Amino acid sequence: EDGSELADTGLETGRASRLQSKNQEKDKEVKEDKEEKEDKEEDESKEEDNGSQQNRASRRKNYQRKNRDGKKAREEGGQKKDRGKTAPTKDQKESENKEKKTTKRGKEGEKKDRKNSTSSASSNSSDEESLSEEELAMLKEQVEQKKKLISTMRNKPWRMVKKLSVLREAQDFVEKFEGALGKGKGKKLYAYKMMMAKKWVKFKRDFENFKTQCIPWEMKIKEVESHFGSSVASYFIFLRWMYGVNLVLFGLIFGLVIIPEVLMGMPYGSLPRKTVPRAEQATAMDFSVLWDFEGYIKYSALFYGYYNNQRTIGWLKYRLPMAYFMVGISVFGYSLMVVIRSMARNANESTADGDDNNFIFSWKMFTSWDYLIGNPETADNKFASITTSFKESIVDEQESNKDENIHLRRFLRVLANVLIICCLCGSGYLIYFVVKRSQTFSKMQNVGWYERNEVEIVMSLLGMFCPPLFETIAALENYHPRIGLKWQLGRIFALFLGNLYTFLLALMDDVNEKLAEEDVVRNITHWTLLGHHNSSAGNDSTVTPPPLDPADVPRGPCWETTVGIEFVRLTVSDILVTFITILVGDFIRACFVRFVNYCWCWDLEAGFPSYAEFDISGNVLGLVFNQGMIWMGSFYAPGLVGINVLRLLTSMYFQCWAVMSSNVPHARVFKASKSNNFYMGLLLLILFLSLLPVAYTIMSLPPSFDCGPFSGKKRMYDVIQETIELDFPLFVAKIFSYVANPGLIIPAILLMVLTIYYLNAVSKAYQRANAELKKKMQMQREEEKNKRNNKGSTNPMLQDLEDLLTPSTKTESPPKQAEDKKIESPNGTSPVRKPGRGEFQAGSPMAGGRGAAFTAPSQVFVTQPRTLGIRAPYPGQPRPWGHPLGPPPGRGRGQPYYPRAAR
Amino acid sequence: MGNKQTIFTDEQLDAYQDCTFFTRKEILRLHGRYYEMAPNVVPMDYTKDPDVKLPMQLIINMPELKENPFKERIVESFSEDGEGSLSFNDFVDMFSVLSEMAPRELKAIYAFKIYDFNTDNFICKADLEKTLNKLTREELTAEEITLVCEKVIEEADMDGDGKLGFADFENMISKAPDFLSLVILREDEEMSENH
Repeated sequence: EDGSELADTGLETGRASRLQSKNQEKDKEVKEDKEEKEDKEEDESKEEDNGSQQNRASRRKNYQRKNRDGKKAREEGGQKKDRGKTAPTKDQKESENKEKKTTKRGKEGEKKDRKNSTSSASSNSSDEESLSEEELAMLKEQVEQKKKLISTMRNKPWRMVKKLSVLREAQDFVEKFEGALGKGKGKKLYAYKMMMAKKWVKFKRDFENFKTQCIPWEMKIKEVESHFGSSVASYFIFLRWMYGVNLVLFGLIFGLVIIPEVLMGMPYGSLPRKTVPRAEQATAMDFSVLWDFEGYIKYSALFYGYYNNQRTIGWLKYRLPMAYFMVGISVFGYSLMVVIRSMARNANESTADGDDNNFIFSWKMFTSWDYLIGNPETADNKFASITTSFKESIVDEQESNKDENIHLRRFLRVLANVLIICCLCGSGYLIYFVVKRSQTFSKMQNVGWYERNEVEIVMSLLGMFCPPLFETIAALENYHPRIGLKWQLGRIFALFLGNLYTFLLALMDDVNEKLAEEDVVRNITHWTLLGHHNSSAGNDSTVTPPPLDPADVPRGPCWETTVGIEFVRLTVSDILVTFITILVGDFIRACFVRFVNYCWCWDLEAGFPSYAEFDISGNVLGLVFNQGMIWMGSFYAPGLVGINVLRLLTSMYFQCWAVMSSNVPHARVFKASKSNNFYMGLLLLILFLSLLPVAYTIMSLPPSFDCGPFSGKKRMYDVIQETIELDFPLFVAKIFSYVANPGLIIPAILLMVLTIYYLNAVSKAYQRANAELKKKMQMQREEEKNKRNNKGSTNPMLQDLEDLLTPSTKTESPPKQAEDKKIESPNGTSPVRKPGRGEFQAGSPMAGGRGAAFTAPSQVFVTQPRTLGIRAPYPGQPRPWGHPLGPPPGRGRGQPYYPRAAR
Repeated sequence: MGNKQTIFTDEQLDAYQDCTFFTRKEILRLHGRYYEMAPNVVPMDYTKDPDVKLPMQLIINMPELKENPFKERIVESFSEDGEGSLSFNDFVDMFSVLSEMAPRELKAIYAFKIYDFNTDNFICKADLEKTLNKLTREELTAEEITLVCEKVIEEADMDGDGKLGFADFENMISKAPDFLSLVILREDEEMSENH
């Protein structure tokens, strides 16, 4: 009787029976081996370990208790009585269970049917049907939820054991209610996607590696940076950048001027300008002569004088003079463009990074270690670089916190500047004085070696002693090293500039002399050639005159080549001085300090000579001025850029080696400013300054009459007019003449000035807006801070974390449960029963039978769903479904469905 | 794919794939590496889920971890007993979380654990000092360390309790430009080809 009633109820309400059947299934699993075997095909959970079984059992327990709590009030008394009537014998219970099992199985089948075909006929009434529809929707939702959980399982910060068990549970659930539908496929697709994503990541990583490998000297510079800080590294980065620029210039000049001339131009010896004069031929191959860039080198394609003024050369009809002129201009054009562009980019970068200053130290602390490092040497470098970067930031921080006697500081700074201006004036006067004297010397005969080289000697002495003097004076100012470096750079720059311009003035004098000399020579040449012609004509008018050997032709001084040679000499001597200084001043000193220290009376390493620091300002300025020489000289000595490329290449390796082997890091390692725009600014200034003399000579000095691509023209730029007139159609020449009209140029310049003014105003406005926004962000941050103070931490992530952080309590609990279970199960009383019994005792004293324990929920659910108050009975489960702390003990197999729906 | 591999059942492998960012092959490779560290302790057959744990000393000598200043903390964070010995499950978990595919949030949680030396769920000054000393090999002076720690707290501590809770940490780390790429252990083919 009782069994049939149970069967009825089971048939009536899908959900109730299903839930119940789950419970039953569970029970059987625990208790009845026989039935478990029978159920094999549905019961996938056999492989489960004890822990999870126990888990479920306990969850079910909890769940039942809750059910009762919620629905006790609505339970019908009659039912209770019925239940009370049921015979509590074990046999009966068993049979009940069996019956339930069968009904359950039937139900399962039905459900599957329902899922596969839209609606299978069932014996249930329409009322019940609607119920199960609703339930079905919920079930589906739940299955979706589970699936989602499965797919995001790998993102959960749980222990693997927990992940595995939760995963299994979810999978079982899904499998049970959805069959094996499409599960395998999804997995495969996922695996494929995963694989592709991994491949993509790996490819990106390899590509990044490849890219960094393609950047020359990246590793070298990184190594230097890790030991000497970003300021020293910034010099090497600047050097590398210079090398890149020079490589382009080299390509331009060699590709468009030197190689065409060598390949297609007239060969050596065909013209006077391409031949060593007879008087010099004897010594032209001597090393001492070649070392001075005389002899064969002077009459080679490396210098201006070698080029012929033939309009076109070779079968390509290559317009070499035109190309020469255009390349000379484009060297400056390209350099200007590249310097300004990189300045603009640097400025952009420095503003873009500007707002992220909130977490300097935190990020350094928590994100600076690279977990991919597996090589001890790299690790050492990394440790060094992290330490260095911390020190840099500390220096910055201390600097910003410092407030001392501001008046004293100001006084000292003014004093230092006065002293340095005195030094600069003194050195300027000294140079002026020496140059004046050298002019008088040059007019005198047989002067000594010192008198001849006085200017150079004085200038190198100044260059050697002034920078350390400036540095000593700068100690008074007590600037932050980064700002101090800028001051130092500026001061030495001013000193060097004096140097450079005295050199240029001397050169100018030289050129003017040469020009005067040229006029004389031109007449002589003219007369010689004429006389030669006449004499030959006089002897034999019919025979063509025998050509005069090109070596014998009298020739002018060719001031362009002289200027070129001056620059090349200067560059080469600069290279030598730099390298020797490094070798002696750094390497030998380091060796001395290192090895003599063993037998010296004081500590050399800590005491007086000690190791050298890397002189950033000196090196940067050396580089900048060297580049200025290259720019000035490259028009008159096309080969100069080639020499410079070699120089930069060797100095990269040499200086890297020297720094690593014989320098020590600065006492106060400081961070280079994010953009090295200061270096760039110096470079731009020197570029402009070197443009001036070159432009002056091109525009206002007449080219030599017998050497170079522009010989025979009044001015060098005539080559352009010539090309336009001869090679372009007439209207182009007309347009050109209009464009060159001052009436057009002056308005154009005005327009440009106006544009600059406007853009400047706009950029100022943007800057203000930017500052405003920054301020707002700062305020927001403050606000956020305050808000956080008030808000309690309800972050689920946090609770996950708490869960993780208490591993001992968590891991111990499952085995305990398992033990409990082991103790319990032999008694034949399932853990489910305990709360059940308690419940029933409260309801009716007769309760306590096992069968009753199972019937109870089913009865409850019969009436419950119609009220649609499913949610109401479960207010005590506010925690989200995936929550690791709360639900596990309270969750039955199918049960999480409810709290999920409730949310 | 080993057709006849008997280390794991297919179900186990599938479960691992669902719970980690690894493919079948990589899981087998990880097992290989786990096995190699102690061939006489770790069984080749994992179908029965044996309860085997390797001590921290073995794990931190892996090439991926050897140079890491936080290797002990990493291993401790992933060990279930909190003392540094890892079962195979923990081992897989560690590599999964520290793999390139793991999301930032997950990494942040474990990073927080790693930096929380005394496991009080807060990164306090003592933790910061330890971190700093490990990062710089104790080359900073005491004043510098104090200064840096104070600055970190000042920057990242949102709720003003003088130590970093997870919310603070996450807020700070989520803005870091290169955090995700940095907390990665690469379990590379080259490193483990020997399996």
